[in-house]
Amino acid sequence: MKNKNMTYLDTVHRDGTIWNLIVMVLLLAFPVLVAVIFRAAPDWQGVLLGLLSTAPMYWAVGVIEVISFVPMLGAGGSYLSFVTGNISNLKLPCALNALESHGVNPQTEEGDIVSTISIAVSSIVTTVIIILGVILIIPLTPILKNDLLEPAFAQLLPALFGALGVVFISKHVKIAIAPIALMLILFIFVPFINTSTVGIMVPVGVLFTIAVSRILYKKGIL
Amino acid sequence: MGEFNVNHPILFVLVGIILAVVLAQSVYFLVKSYRRAKAIGMDMKKIKKTILTAAIFTIAPAISIVVTVIVLADSLGLALPWLRLSVVGSLSYETVAAAGAASGMGTTLAALADNMNASQYVSIATVMTLSIMVGIWLVPLISKRLQKGLVSFEQKDKRWSDILQGSLFIGMISAFVGYVFSDVSRLWLSEGGVYTVTEKIQQTGETVSVNYTSTSGLVPVCVMAVSAISMVICGLLMKKLGWKWLNDYALPICMILGMASAIPFTALLGGKI
Repeated sequence: MKNKNMTYLDTVHRDGTIWNLIVMVLLLAFPVLVAVIFRAAPDWQGVLLGLLSTAPMYWAVGVIEVISFVPMLGAGGSYLSFVTGNISNLKLPCALNALESHGVNPQTEEGDIVSTISIAVSSIVTTVIIILGVILIIPLTPILKNDLLEPAFAQLLPALFGALGVVFISKHVKIAIAPIALMLILFIFVPFINTSTVGIMVPVGVLFTIAVSRILYKKGIL
Repeated sequence: MGEFNVNHPILFVLVGIILAVVLAQSVYFLVKSYRRAKAIGMDMKKIKKTILTAAIFTIAPAISIVVTVIVLADSLGLALPWLRLSVVGSLSYETVAAAGAASGMGTTLAALADNMNASQYVSIATVMTLSIMVGIWLVPLISKRLQKGLVSFEQKDKRWSDILQGSLFIGMISAFVGYVFSDVSRLWLSEGGVYTVTEKIQQTGETVSVNYTSTSGLVPVCVMAVSAISMVICGLLMKKLGWKWLNDYALPICMILGMASAIPFTALLGGKI
């Protein structure tokens, strides 16, 4: 397996590719195995119509997510994140926080290591907590779906991005003004841009910010 | 195998096997990167702190994922939501995909809830699996080239490369800042203090109309403010009092404070009526 000419990052890409392909095959095997075990063919018309209603948008968003998240997550972090999911609400903030406290860039080897470690730990903890949740579902349901706690869980994202926003916006005030103004206008005044479309608005925000930064940079303002 | 039901033990065995592999991947990469950090002489004390911080930070979001599993389990059983939310998924994706598959079969998740058959289950699982299956193969395909491009870019113009990295972060954060304000418009769109929306019920995918108080859209804004102010205070404590240790815990602390503040804010400003 070892190849002397490979850099550390090359081995990350090689191992990541192998792992992701294994997981992909397993995920595809799940519906197939259920079908075989219970001798039940899928309702192909339902599958087709279901896919038509979801896949075009999800696939487009998926492609844009890969392009916009990979540069922030680093190599190892990307392979893990796109398997374990919950990227923008968990893995990416976790990695950003770690990169920030080490003062490293995810494109460097150190940055890749820090990002990978934080995302791996986050994935392990998430998986274990969900397992505990599934095992303890009966005693947990009344606690977690309790009227008192429900508002707290409903506001996880504002609580997360308030704190994270302060850290990053204070460092990049000039970069942040235009995209934040744009997003506020879009989210407040455009009815079809709402809480359920934030997944699409992340890449929009990223592309817009890069464009504005490039202009400001060329004009010597940044 | 006996008769199918959405909580059949064999489903848990299948999900368990897949998640064991996913867990193994995370452990593999943790060990690999940890060893590499040691080998190139990184500060291992700091690495250990990173591990601790990541673990603590993850707890609250992970519990909120458990809540989602519970919500979806009403109609899909426990096994499928458990799999989907441990791997790739998120609440909004999974609900829409499952509801889309159900409506493709001429029914709704609500109608299926008590008596879903194996064929319907397989169809829903297939749609949910195929819909989100992009990143998992696209990352191996393009991430290496993408990163090489970024690195060579960085060597050409270091300053712009730093700005680009900052822009990526800010771009993502700005979308979520906007998101927090998305329901503020209820203030002026309400009639008689009540704002009515048609919403999809997460468990079933059915649409119903729901009433909110006109001030309910301010709750996330206030929560974000509490969390942001807490972070500013943490920053001051670190700078003025030299509380360096706080650096590792600031994000989870501020997040929990923000979430806790949601309880009184929701009581005060209202939510669903």
